[in-house]
Amino acid sequence: MSSGEKYTAAAYGIVFLTILVYVVIIAAKLSRLERETAELAELARSRRTDV
Amino acid sequence: MSYLSDVLTLARKDLRLELRARDTLPAMLLFVVSILVVFHFALPAGADDDAARGLLWIALVFTALLGLARAWAPERESNALEGLVLAPIDRSAIWLGKAVAVFVFLAAVEVVALLAFAAFFAPVDGATILGVLLADIGICAVGTLLAAMAAASRTRELILPLLFLPLAIPLVVGGVGASIAPDPGGYLGFLALYDALFSILCWASFEYVVTE
Amino acid sequence: MSTSSPSNRVPFIAAAAAALVGLAIVFAFFVAPEDADQGISQRIFYFHVPIALTAYACFGWGALKALLLLWKKEERYDLESYVAIHQGTIFGAMTLLTGSIWAKASWGHWWVWDSKQLVLFLVLFLFYSAYFMLRFSIEEGPRRANISAVYALFGVVLIPVSFLAIRLAEDFIHPTTFTRDGPQMTGTMFLTFCIAWVAITTLAYALYRVELVGKRLDENLRELREALTA
Repeated sequence: MSSGEKYTAAAYGIVFLTILVYVVIIAAKLSRLERETAELAELARSRRTDV
Repeated sequence: MSYLSDVLTLARKDLRLELRARDTLPAMLLFVVSILVVFHFALPAGADDDAARGLLWIALVFTALLGLARAWAPERESNALEGLVLAPIDRSAIWLGKAVAVFVFLAAVEVVALLAFAAFFAPVDGATILGVLLADIGICAVGTLLAAMAAASRTRELILPLLFLPLAIPLVVGGVGASIAPDPGGYLGFLALYDALFSILCWASFEYVVTE
Repeated sequence: MSTSSPSNRVPFIAAAAAALVGLAIVFAFFVAPEDADQGISQRIFYFHVPIALTAYACFGWGALKALLLLWKKEERYDLESYVAIHQGTIFGAMTLLTGSIWAKASWGHWWVWDSKQLVLFLVLFLFYSAYFMLRFSIEEGPRRANISAVYALFGVVLIPVSFLAIRLAEDFIHPTTFTRDGPQMTGTMFLTFCIAWVAITTLAYALYRVELVGKRLDENLRELREALTA
């Protein structure tokens, strides 16, 4: 591979990597949201049984 | 012209406070002379006058920052800003009054700074003085507003340079250009353009910085 | 939050972005001819420049939402303005990185002060990084929304002013030794560029909408929690 090819691959790779990092962030956020909604569902369930 | 008299009253109040307390002005003076002395040791022996003129602008910007960090201190310490905002005056007058007061301090310090620079490094020409005056307008207009923003934040003095320096880059370009270019007209025009644009923006938006 | 706008179009926008970016990559590497002067590294241009243009668009969009916030005082504009500027800063960082690689490939240095666009992006990157510092050191509320909005408006004035300043500075810092002329683009090259531009813009818009969905979800959840624990 010539150096020009390497740099071009690196430039496109960085864009790709940025989007992958974004996927990781979204994944972390999703799992947090899952945890929170589970807590809230639990809370709602216990409330229903209380009444 | 009640707007203008409001502005002058507010500016006069700041000047009188400073004359009584003498907090900021001596600090700025000492700072600018110290920094010029530091620059003497930072410049290698072969450096020409243009390099020194570039450093002069760094000294001026940082001295201005020192003054701006204290700009809203009187209001903050006595919680007077809320009162001012509620007072029956146009809110932009509060900004303009403060900017005028800061301008007076800065100009006073710069008289000494330019004299010291001329004595230590290189002669100062008319274009430089005009450039400094024009840059001061921009520094005071933008800096006063940013200082009001910083005063609302938790990190106050820490954040002001971060907010101010990117906005000061065009002023440094215009100022350095005016000091060293053989034909400074374009740079002075650019400084005037900066002043006009940002003064209007600050004048129109200050109200939102101090109200909810 | 009662003002949430419909999010059911988000998957469609994201799918369109994916398809367009795929098409742009195919065009950039297989359809567009090789540049005679710069060789393969010229192909960085097809992503670098659209990313830069998109970053400007994000900053502009953020400032527009900021203006709407100050004008109409609706809370949702604060979030929209913030998300747009966040997006713009990420795209700005990508511009700096790809631009730096391009500089290394064409001129042998990781950073060239001669490239006006790169210098401008560095200034903007610093400016908008300070935006986040400012925003996160003010208590949440209308005051923070207002201050963030005013700062965002400063940004759109700073962009042309800085650009002018950087052009002026070139005269005394050092004369330009090599210029990057607007590449002499052939028809196919220009088509590739346009496809890439549309693709990146759609991608940015999709990411913007996804971020907004997430942030609104957070807010709704917080409200729900308050209602349940009250």
